[in-house]
Amino acid sequence: MSDLTRLTLKGAIEGLKSKQFSSAELTEAFIGAIEAGNPKINAYVLTTFDKARAQAAESDRRIAAGEARALEGAPLGIKDLYVTKGVRTTACSNILGNFIPPYESTVTQNLWDDGAVMLGKLNMDEFAMGSSNETSCWGPVVNPWKAQDSDVNLTPGGSSGGSAAAVAADLCLAATASDTGGSIRQPAAFTGTVGIKPTYGRASRYGMVAFASSLDQAGPITRTVEDSAILLQSMCSHDPKDSTSLNIDLPDFASFVGKSVKGLRIGIPDEYRLEGIPSEIDALWEQGIKWLEDAGAEIVRISLPHTKYALPTYYIVAPAEASSNLARYDGMRFGHRAEAASGLTDTYELSRSEGFGKEVKRRIMIGTYVLSAGFYDAYYVKALKVRRRIAEDFTNAFNACDVILTPATPSSAFALGDTAKAADPVQMYLNDVFTVTTNLAGLPGMSVPAGLDSKGLPLGLQVIGKALDEGTVLSIASVLEQAAGFSHKPAKWW
Amino acid sequence: MAIDVATVRKVASLSRLRETDERLESLAGELNGILGWIEQLNEVDVSAAEPMTSAVEVAAPLRDDVVTDGNKVADVVSNAPKTVDGFFVVPKVVE
Repeated sequence: MSDLTRLTLKGAIEGLKSKQFSSAELTEAFIGAIEAGNPKINAYVLTTFDKARAQAAESDRRIAAGEARALEGAPLGIKDLYVTKGVRTTACSNILGNFIPPYESTVTQNLWDDGAVMLGKLNMDEFAMGSSNETSCWGPVVNPWKAQDSDVNLTPGGSSGGSAAAVAADLCLAATASDTGGSIRQPAAFTGTVGIKPTYGRASRYGMVAFASSLDQAGPITRTVEDSAILLQSMCSHDPKDSTSLNIDLPDFASFVGKSVKGLRIGIPDEYRLEGIPSEIDALWEQGIKWLEDAGAEIVRISLPHTKYALPTYYIVAPAEASSNLARYDGMRFGHRAEAASGLTDTYELSRSEGFGKEVKRRIMIGTYVLSAGFYDAYYVKALKVRRRIAEDFTNAFNACDVILTPATPSSAFALGDTAKAADPVQMYLNDVFTVTTNLAGLPGMSVPAGLDSKGLPLGLQVIGKALDEGTVLSIASVLEQAAGFSHKPAKWW
Repeated sequence: MAIDVATVRKVASLSRLRETDERLESLAGELNGILGWIEQLNEVDVSAAEPMTSAVEVAAPLRDDVVTDGNKVADVVSNAPKTVDGFFVVPKVVE
């Protein structure tokens, strides 16, 4: 085995089980890759190599004893949004400063219970608010991909930019991520990786730093569709500590990978053909349709009439929930407290103003405004009603189709420090135009790399499924993966 | 519904955020841009729509009213900026 860091999660688990290499060897290979590459890519904001070595040793003991669990010995990266006991967790915000959680998130506990190894905590936009990773208090992640004949640093997308970049640059086998408006699928599309956001309620939100609680959902970023199925299986569970966690049986997600899609009806929504998006995106979409037709699926034109209202709805609902969730950062019980302040209100205001970054403050203020007396009905309640219409669009569409195919993003990765997007928040928000609808409706959505654009940068297709039907999404995604044969890797410059 | 600087100042205060006058001014422009873009929701007829408050339609689960956790004073205060004897130390509230 020449380079262990390039294995798939599935390949690594099998290689470990058949004792082709040990978890200690695999873990050391990743530690070496991180030490060499992370100073340039900035995917990890904290490494936990001592912990990784101890976990790897325990995994090797278990494998030798024939007691291997589902993810035994597999080195993973963890988005810094997940609370990890005894390991600094900041959600990439200065307001959490040096927060050392005294408890573990349910999702990460599930991974450790299945034998996974933690390499460290991954960079992200502050509180997951961003589409370029530039709002992180630890500085942006640099996309391992560069455009042809260009040395310009590109964004890996956001908010799970560290997760996507680490998987693309072989700095972990796979990573946890989270998605509130597209934060798994957009970075996956920008880095040639695979990402799935399951149905709302599949994974526990306990111990995930909250952004917008009715939209936040955990999910993996991986190299293959099958790897996503494997990691998703471990991340999801019913959890009494999250009242929105669904108490239902989990299907065997991996069993859907490679299944025939013959006779399945694929919905193609007219409203996702947007003006002003590159023709390459449309062409890739057409290619995806053709691949599924070739696999025996039936193509159906559908209408999701309220699509254009999804982003404005999101930018009321998400900031409203965020302004409420982030009220807990008051400088009293944990996190940053301004030392220069005198008196209670002064301490609140100064601690929060020093601790939160610009985009987070902007969203808190939008949220506070739309919830304030006199505007609550006109903005917040109105948005909740439009949200209902958006969800109904999907219910109606799924009468005529089994799954929906769309582009994942309106562009390939753009440059870090894009001045137009920095100057106009709405331009940045438009990144999530294809992904945000599924968060509002609570549906599963998956991004699969399907090709390169003329600049040599990856583009993704998105598969949207019915609630709780991740299985069909995985079957369709694996057909697209097979047909696209996407095996491109970024040229190594780090 | 254009927002002026005085409104932004009020919203900042409700948000327990303190911004410089210069920043309040530019925030007024940014918030107007965002809210102007959001105004398009007025085109949607929502007369018969119920507000959607949850992504999945499930009744809130109930559990037995029993203690499941506790006696973790050291954990609870372990990240506090200031503590004394297991208590949070906060700024003086009553003059």
